[in-house]
Amino acid sequence: MGVLVDKSAKAIVQGITGTQGSFHTRLMIEYGTQIVAGMTPGKGGTSVHGVRVYDTVQEAKDASNADASIIFVPAPFAGDAAFEALDAGLKTIVIITEHIPVRDAVQVMYMARKEDAVIIGPNTPGILTVGECKLGIMPAHVFRKGVVGLASRSGTLTYEIAAGLSVRGLGQSTCIGLGGDPIVGLSFIDVLKEFERDEQTKAVALIGEIGGNFEELAAEFIATEGYSKPVVAFVAGRTAPPGKRMGHAGAIIMGSTGTAASKIEAFREAGVLVAEKPSDVAKLLARKLDKKA
Amino acid sequence: MKLFEYEAKQIFAKYGLPTPQGFLAKTAKEAREFASLINAPVAVKSQILVAGRAKSGGILFAETPVEAERATQQLLERKIKGVKVQSVWVEEKIAIKKELYFGITVDRANRCYVAVASAEGGVDIEELAQTAPGKIVKVIINPVYGFRTYHARQIAKKLGYVGNQMTDLASVFLRQYKVAMDTDAELAEMNPLVETANGKFVAADTRLIIDDNALFRHQEFKSRSMEEAELTPQELQAQKNGLAYVKLDGDVGIIGNGAGLVMATLDAVQIFGGRPANFLDVGGGASADMTAVALDIVLSDPDVKVVFINILGGITRCDEVANGILEAQKRVGLTKPMVIRLVGTNEEEGRRILTDAGIHVLDSMEEAAQKTVEIIGSGGE
Repeated sequence: MGVLVDKSAKAIVQGITGTQGSFHTRLMIEYGTQIVAGMTPGKGGTSVHGVRVYDTVQEAKDASNADASIIFVPAPFAGDAAFEALDAGLKTIVIITEHIPVRDAVQVMYMARKEDAVIIGPNTPGILTVGECKLGIMPAHVFRKGVVGLASRSGTLTYEIAAGLSVRGLGQSTCIGLGGDPIVGLSFIDVLKEFERDEQTKAVALIGEIGGNFEELAAEFIATEGYSKPVVAFVAGRTAPPGKRMGHAGAIIMGSTGTAASKIEAFREAGVLVAEKPSDVAKLLARKLDKKA
Repeated sequence: MKLFEYEAKQIFAKYGLPTPQGFLAKTAKEAREFASLINAPVAVKSQILVAGRAKSGGILFAETPVEAERATQQLLERKIKGVKVQSVWVEEKIAIKKELYFGITVDRANRCYVAVASAEGGVDIEELAQTAPGKIVKVIINPVYGFRTYHARQIAKKLGYVGNQMTDLASVFLRQYKVAMDTDAELAEMNPLVETANGKFVAADTRLIIDDNALFRHQEFKSRSMEEAELTPQELQAQKNGLAYVKLDGDVGIIGNGAGLVMATLDAVQIFGGRPANFLDVGGGASADMTAVALDIVLSDPDVKVVFINILGGITRCDEVANGILEAQKRVGLTKPMVIRLVGTNEEEGRRILTDAGIHVLDSMEEAAQKTVEIIGSGGE
């Protein structure tokens, strides 16, 4: 159960021999994720934490029957790494790397649509279906199994909110980091649709931030489609000034577009409860779920 | 990275885009010489990076070289939108028949580039998009097809041009697209793109913003950004070290890891009645050294009265951060009160390092935000 990845997912790690790739490969394996092969050009034949390393994605896939990939490749080469994964026929690709140029990301997203593949990220903490599969870099101990589907544009803020939920006994089904870049593979609408179909998920938390209009589009979708599960939102960046990039390449108010106020208003109009502080997400969700029960 | 108008115009000109004849002047005397060289009425335009300078009096017109000198003197003595003017662009004043808009930018929702045009240029295009969306023409650019001649002609036609003017204008659009792609621009615009009295098209004002993440393949911009951009010492140091830093107007210095968490930290400080002095994201996987640099930047801001460090480790390891705080303590001394919240990957080790050094660590972000605001309230003790 959960969405997009479960315990059957078989993943390769691109960039497995690097510091981050190797460190998180160990943690993903410890979580129970099936990391079936690794890939670093020129390091074929070696192994990392017992995972065999190949020179190309195709070799890694052929040897392991992988269906997913997680990419820890430096930004100048990350676009190419994603193309290699798509070309090899992998259908779920998590791009952890940040600072990928927009021009590269645009091309990758277009080809992913053509190949019917799902891209999570770039600049994402990844995806984690609690107790089943972690394709990412999240600290596993903050999550607990449960009924809340969590989607976020931020990494650490997701852990903050997930930990808050867990402490209150509100576990999670799947937690997805959409990514902090202007161009990312999944939108809030995409994940709302996934959570709608998932029986384990009983409520959804959306963690947005300034920049772009994914939150406004999600609010419109919830209102017009009559979304069946309760949704609670948090939007970071109320104090952000216009025209300044707040850490994420995608977190920028352009003129009057992308303000926290606009997103909060759109959510409220759609009947979505908006948390003022990260800890309020758990309170609001508890209230919604109690009412439903 | 924003380019100055003159830098954008020089790039546009290289691509054969028509721009008015112009020169960069750093003194009033230079401006007078350039105006006599142009030998016609000129526009004297302050070179600053913030948009909307015309409305703030940042562009003056001069009929004679002496007037150009005077106008330049005026501009160089002024601050436009809070920025001191360092140079002006002196260019031939063009006879305007009509002002158009054309730009290439990123369409986030559609995950692609988009060409935006309007027959009513010279205004704030976003405002126009809201008040009169019918006056905007948009062509979403398929990354495989690219923006091609027929797209450009379609737009020119929709703006009301036919015959040679349609093909001329289309060629201007195409060149602009080429500039945008070659420079990895997230915004390349001509506003206004002027139809002159004799029916030609000239880019009267231009903006070019380069995707920061693509700078690794544009060494030509990288060297320049340090010297000329309008940065404070803290911003400059952050940029040199690849840290995301934004100066704000409060007195609570804030460091965290992860943009969303840092933004939420700023918001929390404000909710409890404090005012953030800055945004500083040490990013994913920050080393001890980078943490020390971050702390150094925030401590060097005279407005900062208390520092709030909020770390929730994922790719970042708490022990590295803890070592960084101790490193900064050794290097610059901790001159201001600090509130530290540290949880996540390797948190036991991180807490042990700080506790052994006598530094108290909290584990709730909101409790820490509240504590920070209390310290400010008690006069920083």
